Amino acid sequence: MNNFCKYFDSFFRGLKTLLVGLKTTIKVFFRKKITEKYPENRATLKISDRFRGTLTMPHDENNQHNCVACGLCQNACPNGTITVHFETVENEEGKKTKVLTNYEYDLGTCIFCQLCVNACPHNAITFENSFEHAVFNREKLVKKLNRDGSTVVNKK
Amino acid sequence: MFDFSVVSSWIHQFLTSVMPEGLAIFLECLVVGVCILAAYAVIAMILIYMERKICAWFQCRIGPDRVGKFGLLQLFADVIKMLIKEIVELKNTDKFLHALAPYIVILSSILAFACLPINKGMEILDFNIGVVFLVAVSSLGVIGILLAGWSSNSKYTMIGAMRSGAQIISYELSIGMCLLAVAIFTGTLQFSEIVAFQADGWLIFKGHIPAVIAFIVYLIAGNAETNRGPFDMPEAESELTAGYHTEYSGMHFGFFYLSEYLNMFIIAGVAATIFLGGWMPLHISGLEGFNAIMDYIPGFVWFFGKAFFVVFLLMWMRWTFVRLRIDQLLKFEWKILLPIGLFNLVLMILVVVFKLHF
Repeated sequence: MNNFCKYFDSFFRGLKTLLVGLKTTIKVFFRKKITEKYPENRATLKISDRFRGTLTMPHDENNQHNCVACGLCQNACPNGTITVHFETVENEEGKKTKVLTNYEYDLGTCIFCQLCVNACPHNAITFENSFEHAVFNREKLVKKLNRDGSTVVNKK
Repeated sequence: MFDFSVVSSWIHQFLTSVMPEGLAIFLECLVVGVCILAAYAVIAMILIYMERKICAWFQCRIGPDRVGKFGLLQLFADVIKMLIKEIVELKNTDKFLHALAPYIVILSSILAFACLPINKGMEILDFNIGVVFLVAVSSLGVIGILLAGWSSNSKYTMIGAMRSGAQIISYELSIGMCLLAVAIFTGTLQFSEIVAFQADGWLIFKGHIPAVIAFIVYLIAGNAETNRGPFDMPEAESELTAGYHTEYSGMHFGFFYLSEYLNMFIIAGVAATIFLGGWMPLHISGLEGFNAIMDYIPGFVWFFGKAFFVVFLLMWMRWTFVRLRIDQLLKFEWKILLPIGLFNLVLMILVVVFKLHF
């Protein structure tokens, strides 16, 4: 009798899981399709915010960034993609501080692992969506991320 | 309701007036044969396109859309590719059987295709044991599959063919049970009479519970019969490369490919004919105006509409469920599907004897 019950129990449980599967797929069937027709819809292209296209250093309206040139991103990078060029200056209180001169980023060797962004203590760098990087020679892939004449944000 | 026999009898009279009767019948057979082959090719192309699109939609993609508008020319590109490919001759194979196998497979599916009543008066093969004939010719295909596997002289094809044999012969029983239940209810094995029986209501409504069970079991067994997923053991891409047709190329492979899709259409067409009323329009007793409007829609539209609806159900099943192992597959048939079929047969007999149907 026990086997008899087990047979029907497994039968109805199996039937239920199959119906759940069918319900799930029919929902996906009517869902908006996720495929992007890329070259045609360049203007309206939608990419996930988490997509890692290129490393950038956001600047605010006063042309200021958050980078204190600590070099943690450079150490975190497995490929030697990032080189932080800085100079040491003495401020008005007589303390020596590092000031960023050139944040060098080589797109050609970047593997988009995001370790640099995770290492950054000041959220100075982030990945953004733009992905059209084709150029004619490799020198053009080496980019300077800080803008000309930019300064670091003065944190109180 | 448009009756196609008017057209066919007019053609017959015209031909017999200009030539002897024997020649006229020969010519008619030739024309009908060409029409079947043309319909076969066209339906196969529609099904391949439909499969790609529906598969894509079930996976949240949009499917082929690069070749032509909505990818409609993709079909023609595929067919031309298949036609101009070389048929490779292999060493150490049984050349005669290797070349014969695809023709047996496609012949059996064309014969089964010819049984379907498409419109009123448009039955090509229609005689009093129609259902039995259909089951017989559609199982001939397994001989082709076994020959293909054997003659290719390869492990993959052999294992694929053996699985296919085990699978098709097992699931044939469930199909038989479902068709038997219908035969008990309608009291005939002739397709045109089965359709005529459903004039005042489709069988799935008239036969209620046992008919619905038979319909579902028929769909599952039919999916297994056509070697499609989740029952695609004979092909088993992950473990047997392509199963019994691994060693085939060019149009010989194309025949296997076509017959797979057409077998699906035949399963859907038979399901539409015996459970959903074939070319019979939807009639609701009491609503005379509604019935009259439904009669204006020609029969072949009803037939193809229903058949493609069942094809959609089959594809929905295919792209939802995960594959079974060969032992699970046979266990499923012998321990679950066949007992349900037998139980359903008894239920159907009780319904018919005590007149519990509508």
